Amino acid sequence: MSFEWPWQYNFPPFFTLQPNVDTRQKQLAAWCSLALSYCRHHKLYTLDVMEAQESPMFNNKKIERKLSMEAIQVVFEELRKKGNLEWLDKNKSRCLVMWRRPEEWGKLIYQWVSKNGMVNSVFTLYELSNGDDTEGEEFHGLEDWMLLRSLQALQTEGKAEIITMDDGKGVKFF
Amino acid sequence: MDRFSWSNGLLEINETLVIQQRGVRLYDGDDKAKLDVGVVLLSTHRLIWRDVKNHECCIAMPLSQIIFFEEQAAGIGKSAKIVIHLHPVPANKEPGPYQQSKYSYIKLSFKEHGQIEFYRRLTEEMTQKRWESTPVSQPIPTGTGSQAGKTRAVGIVGIERKIEERRKETDKNISEAFEDLSKLMVKAKEMVELSRSIANKIKDKQGDITEDETIRFKSYLLSMGIANPVTRETHGSGTNYHMQLAKQLGDMLQAPLEERGGMMALTEVYCLVNRARGMELLSPEDLVNACKMFESLKLPLRLRVFDSGVMVVQLQSHSEEEMIASALDNVSDKGSLTAEEFAKLLGLSVLLSKERLLLAEKMGHLCRDDSVEGLRFYPNLF
Repeated sequence: MSFEWPWQYNFPPFFTLQPNVDTRQKQLAAWCSLALSYCRHHKLYTLDVMEAQESPMFNNKKIERKLSMEAIQVVFEELRKKGNLEWLDKNKSRCLVMWRRPEEWGKLIYQWVSKNGMVNSVFTLYELSNGDDTEGEEFHGLEDWMLLRSLQALQTEGKAEIITMDDGKGVKFF
Repeated sequence: MDRFSWSNGLLEINETLVIQQRGVRLYDGDDKAKLDVGVVLLSTHRLIWRDVKNHECCIAMPLSQIIFFEEQAAGIGKSAKIVIHLHPVPANKEPGPYQQSKYSYIKLSFKEHGQIEFYRRLTEEMTQKRWESTPVSQPIPTGTGSQAGKTRAVGIVGIERKIEERRKETDKNISEAFEDLSKLMVKAKEMVELSRSIANKIKDKQGDITEDETIRFKSYLLSMGIANPVTRETHGSGTNYHMQLAKQLGDMLQAPLEERGGMMALTEVYCLVNRARGMELLSPEDLVNACKMFESLKLPLRLRVFDSGVMVVQLQSHSEEEMIASALDNVSDKGSLTAEEFAKLLGLSVLLSKERLLLAEKMGHLCRDDSVEGLRFYPNLF
């Protein structure tokens, strides 16, 4: 299934940061949703800003428009404010993209666990993200750091407890 | 050496130059004078010495001061010299480089030769005594007096005096130049007067010449100048002047504004007005001040300043909503427009068309695409 671009992607002004405040807000909202759905479609968890600028996400070769570095930073900053992005370094050159926030992931995992009647059982983290049972689930293949964060989110809600085991980490759901 | 006085180095009317010799150093008696090597000039009346680098430094002594003179041959490391014995200092002598001297003679040391010829000519002059037969038009001391007094000073005082003199000269030049200008302005008024009287004559003789000719002649007059321009002289300065000017501008600009779709850049207005006024030109400042009074005078015009700082004069009836709507219509029609394309479409200046587009953008009707190809405006689809 190929990625479906929003209509704005072929609208040249989309690639210029609009000076009008109202217009800019709408534009940024469109960019945020585009960036998130693009990452989700391609299962991207970390982004390098330089690379991102060259990727189709910010670079529409068909209409020869590219979002400027400055504008990308603005979009990313907007994402960060919404809780979907975290910078990995001070220079803001690499970032974690969370197209689902940890709480959302946690919810999904917990739903799966309770649906399968496995509350009160213990899983290794590897089992959850790469096990046969979870194949076909959205959180299958989730990167470790993201998984851990989702479980931490569950833990604060009191729905799970992370346990340290000999060869890594495990989790018990309540 | 104390017999010398400062000089401007110019010859008097009846005075003629006999000979001059470069590379001569003066000796005060047996001592080297505190002056550098210079040019010595012998005229029919005076012995003059001028510094070779600083021509302001020039001293002179009347030949009548000389009693007698003798040659002193050159030796090893010594140049040939002429020793000149002098009368005592006269009472009314102008100041010179030396206030007093213990010697009653000076020496001319010829570093670059020429002493033989100089000696011969000096002997000639001393025997002919031409200074007695043809006295100079003015006595030399007064001739070199006040004027020389200004130029003779050396050092910082000299420089300061020179600057002061130059400043006075510039002052004089400027005031002369402005005198000419005010004469021109007087003439300009006459010209305007003339054109008005012609216009009146045309009015009187309307029957005699054809309608067509009248119109043509009037248009000539108009292109020359307004019949009775409001000037600072006729209406004083300040607010009253600007008010009158604003009223006149209001009458004048109505038609051109309507022609141009209700808006003109201030620069355009400035050109138009000054072309019509001919000689009584307006300053940009006066124009702006007059335009600022449009609204308080309830004239059908107003001065509008765009966010970018561009100033325009627009008709009061000129509605902004309409302007924005038309910009949006045009852009929607074409899909997208640059300021240049829009200007061509409306027959406006690029500056003004851009202002319109920006205004429409500000209102959220348009959005921009800023790429290497330039700034394009699109309908705001966001």
